[in-house]
Amino acid sequence: MRGEQGAAGARVLQFTNCRILRGGKLLREDLWVRGGRILDPEKLFFEERRVADERRDCGGRILAPGFIDVQINGGFGVDFSQATENVCSGVALVARRILSHGVTSFCPTLVTSPPEVYHKVVPQIPVKSGGPHGAGVLGLHLEGPFISREKRGAHPEAHLRSFEANAFQDLLATYGPLDNVRIVTLAPELGHSHEVIRELTARGICVSLGHSVADLRAAEDAVWSGATFITHLFNAMLPFHHRDPGIVGLLTSDRLPAGRCIFYGMIADGTHTNPAALRIAHRAHPQGLVLVTDAIPALGLGNGRHTLGQQEVEVDGLTAYVAGCSVESALEAASLHPAQLLGLEKSKGTLDFGADADFVVLDDSLHVQATYISGELVWQAEAARQ
Amino acid sequence: MRLVILDNYDLASEWAAKYICNRIIQFKPGQDRYFTLGLPTGLPRNHPESYHSYMWNNFFKHIDIDPNNAHILDGNAADLQAECDAFEKKIKEAGGIDLFVGGIGPDGHIAFNEPGSSLVSRTRLKTLAMDTILANAKYFDGDLTKVPTMALTVGVGTVMDAREVMILITGAHKAFALYKAIEEGVNHMWTVSAFQQHPRTIFVCDEDATLELRVKTVKYFKGLMHVHNKLVDPLFSMKDGN
Repeated sequence: MRGEQGAAGARVLQFTNCRILRGGKLLREDLWVRGGRILDPEKLFFEERRVADERRDCGGRILAPGFIDVQINGGFGVDFSQATENVCSGVALVARRILSHGVTSFCPTLVTSPPEVYHKVVPQIPVKSGGPHGAGVLGLHLEGPFISREKRGAHPEAHLRSFEANAFQDLLATYGPLDNVRIVTLAPELGHSHEVIRELTARGICVSLGHSVADLRAAEDAVWSGATFITHLFNAMLPFHHRDPGIVGLLTSDRLPAGRCIFYGMIADGTHTNPAALRIAHRAHPQGLVLVTDAIPALGLGNGRHTLGQQEVEVDGLTAYVAGCSVESALEAASLHPAQLLGLEKSKGTLDFGADADFVVLDDSLHVQATYISGELVWQAEAARQ
Repeated sequence: MRLVILDNYDLASEWAAKYICNRIIQFKPGQDRYFTLGLPTGLPRNHPESYHSYMWNNFFKHIDIDPNNAHILDGNAADLQAECDAFEKKIKEAGGIDLFVGGIGPDGHIAFNEPGSSLVSRTRLKTLAMDTILANAKYFDGDLTKVPTMALTVGVGTVMDAREVMILITGAHKAFALYKAIEEGVNHMWTVSAFQQHPRTIFVCDEDATLELRVKTVKYFKGLMHVHNKLVDPLFSMKDGN
């Protein structure tokens, strides 16, 4: 477990010769860590009169908060939506492998599945702190089955559901206990959705709009009921239309609750969204952009047939793309914004004093050179090993 | 005194930095031989513009000094007089200040020794003059009500005890104070003038700060720049060789 800041005996680590992301800027500053948290060196100097126990030279590289992926369906052959006999080891495998991509926390995502799958899988994936064993699990993201038939995308039609009959009770019956659930994606045009959204929000679960044919009005009403996220903007929703922008219009709507920031996930692989569209969204509402992978079990594997929930998917080559915005913006979209979405911005997604010391060391091309969780080195690139 | 005149603020700062660097190297500090650098004191702690934050961000975090060797007057101490007395004692125990680096206020003060301060004063609590409060307002978003009105400060006498004193003066708004400090007599209304009676003082300034001086004075000291510049020739750092 992490110690308190007052764990005065713990070792003080000082990362020097680096640029850290702080306050939305890359600053030439040292990063100090103690007891798994970011330390305020000024307090250490004047109040405790101590220096660092160990200094690590970062070779001029960038230190950014660890990435947080709130939409990832599996990877490396593991499919989170499969009710296999070893769900835990599957999650653990993915948690370990994504460290090399700089991800320090994630929300395993389940696509539309029959209730039996949820009842079997959901209780087996609890919230868990990260460490050398792998990235931390922040909670599950349940994408579906309460989504639009028309916009189901890759989700199986047979297992779609609605809350027509008993609203929230229908949801509970489908998913089972919600203890491990962090995000639910649903379509707000479904009947009784507002009641469901309010119930979920009251339980601290983030409600996301997606796989939906809702118009802007319905989307705004859903936000008033408590929705705070949009699942993969542009994909699986009505296209932007100038007389009814649909869900996309939430980015610039003036009919939202005051002070509420609407977040939106973007799969920035250049394929799901044209880079030009990504830039339009970013320019309209940069503070809300959340980078997600929406990775499937085939992540990290070669071409061929793989499962995605109840379906099979062909993989034929991979593409990758970096969003056309500033480095600082991109880094915040992958760390700070998902943390803000989940209300964790005091401890995750930031290098502010007191936050958990989850961070990545990047070169100027933003390739991950090393990953740290709670101030401990949990992954390092081959070239960096000495 | 030495009066070193550089073209602008950046050059004056650089010259001063190199000079201090050289003085430290020449002193040959070591495990049991400490170079004691004196700097003027300031505002209460735990304020964004607190002197502690200022010193941390602009100085301490860039060097590898042992925190136990950094002594700052604590404006939040329970007994302020005792804090001041203890500070004087610490200076004595450190063997005295080798080099005191300070600036000059528009009212000619050194540290917070406002006009009227005794020229033999020691470390104590001072009420700030309006000039000083106005000058500091920029650190408090221009809100005069937020600027502290009292401060702990080293005394004129405390600084006079240092083996060497360096005063940095830049900008036209300091020109009159510089004139009063070096071309008029020793006067407690312009406390920097006390250093006319110090054996080893060096004033580093930019062109604008000389605007109120006699042409004769400026020409004389500019003519000595070739001598002054020898003082900042790079010396081997104690980290090299040995």
